[in-house]
Amino acid sequence: MERKTPLYDCHVALGGKIVPFAGYLLPVQYGTGVIAEHMAVRKQAGLFDVSHMGEIVLTGPDALNNVQMLLTNDFSDMEDGQIRYSPMCNDKGGVVDDLIAYRLRQDCYLLVVNAANHDKDAAWISSHLTGDVRFDDLSDGVAQIALQGPQSQAILEKLCNPAEIPAKYYTFTQKMAVAGFDCLVSRTGYTGEDGFELYCAPADAAALWNALLDAGKENGLIPCGLGARDTLRLEAGMPLYGHEMNDEITPKQTGLGMFVKMDKPDFIGKKAMEEMGVPSVKRCGLKIIGRGIARENCPVYVGDRLIGHTTSGTHCPFLGGAYAMAIVEKEPAPLGATVEVEIRGKRVAAEVVKVQFYKR
Amino acid sequence: MANPTNLLYAKSHEWVQDMGDGSFRIGLTDYAQNELGDLVFVNLPQEGDEVETGAAFGDVESVKAVSDVYSPVTGVVCAINEELLDHPEMINQDAYGAWMIQVNEVSDKEELLDSAAYEALLSEEA
Repeated sequence: MERKTPLYDCHVALGGKIVPFAGYLLPVQYGTGVIAEHMAVRKQAGLFDVSHMGEIVLTGPDALNNVQMLLTNDFSDMEDGQIRYSPMCNDKGGVVDDLIAYRLRQDCYLLVVNAANHDKDAAWISSHLTGDVRFDDLSDGVAQIALQGPQSQAILEKLCNPAEIPAKYYTFTQKMAVAGFDCLVSRTGYTGEDGFELYCAPADAAALWNALLDAGKENGLIPCGLGARDTLRLEAGMPLYGHEMNDEITPKQTGLGMFVKMDKPDFIGKKAMEEMGVPSVKRCGLKIIGRGIARENCPVYVGDRLIGHTTSGTHCPFLGGAYAMAIVEKEPAPLGATVEVEIRGKRVAAEVVKVQFYKR
Repeated sequence: MANPTNLLYAKSHEWVQDMGDGSFRIGLTDYAQNELGDLVFVNLPQEGDEVETGAAFGDVESVKAVSDVYSPVTGVVCAINEELLDHPEMINQDAYGAWMIQVNEVSDKEELLDSAAYEALLSEEA
């Protein structure tokens, strides 16, 4: 039985097409449609309900030690108010989840995890804690709204004290009033645009959502669903758990090596990745040249040789074409190479390109 | 949008127009285009290809997924609406104006619904 987020009634009132997703009922699109919603985020602004994400807090003298052991990135040189992205690996180096970690204080970290992995992550994290640290799962008590697009700051400024808005990407303000409601506001997002993610109390979520839509109306702000969320992240080359990584793919095999700090004394998965050495595969981008849209699990060929599979793919509205991400053997697929992707039994030409298809 | 009364409808949400000269035009209903969402690709057969009742003659692809389009008649494709190949969004904008294929030498037709029966089907599906 799926759960509703605090914004469910808002979505229904706005004509959202509700679908089940990661155990929740969420809009895949509104009457505007995926393409219009995608383009609104690229050109003006879009508003997303992301309340289904999980929020886990680690507090205590050993909080940093635990974060350093659980996650592959290095968190030892952060300041309060900074955020870092990291994979979280298992003993074989495979990815349990990818997440972002907020440093509230040296002894307190907020981890924001994928909704689909929430239960798995909570169990994994709590069973691997050592020393003096407290685990709190705040997810049910936190709602989250994402405001994304070039107009985001202009809209947010109408509802708060502009001086409190986090200025740099991947920083946050722990508590500020937005439309009169206390929020944690971070300059983060999953679209490739400037934007903010606002965390608030569930009881305030609907009123905050409506205040944002009202304030943003003249800036062209529209509500956007899961369909646009996926096309936006893919167009920006951003990975999605379950596609570009899973518990059998290491971060190094999927182009996330820069978030793995092998010179940390230790972390879960370090030994396995050391023993594996340099991977023979990589994540690449594919620009589909022929007619068709490659989605996930399409075989990729060079001549008769199968070199890998696509992990995600869709029509990218801003770029006006079909793009896919794939994990392939490195050597036969350098940048610029032509390969073939098999789409529903037909081989379609594609060009190997950089994975960040769109940059703002 | 009201479903035009001069057309007949298949349960799989295609519409059929009798052109009066032995040929029939086929397209997708407004209900179908709304369910599919923004279309970005249309794959059509070629003139001269045979189509068969209940079999797919082509497909349409939206941002989210691809769907087969089924032929309500058995016959030979005598024309295709080439504009759709470059502008699949025409199906979203005007489902009843955006015909997909025209078929002649029709030897079989599946049981089709008139607009009132089709509307009844839609309210059952809702």
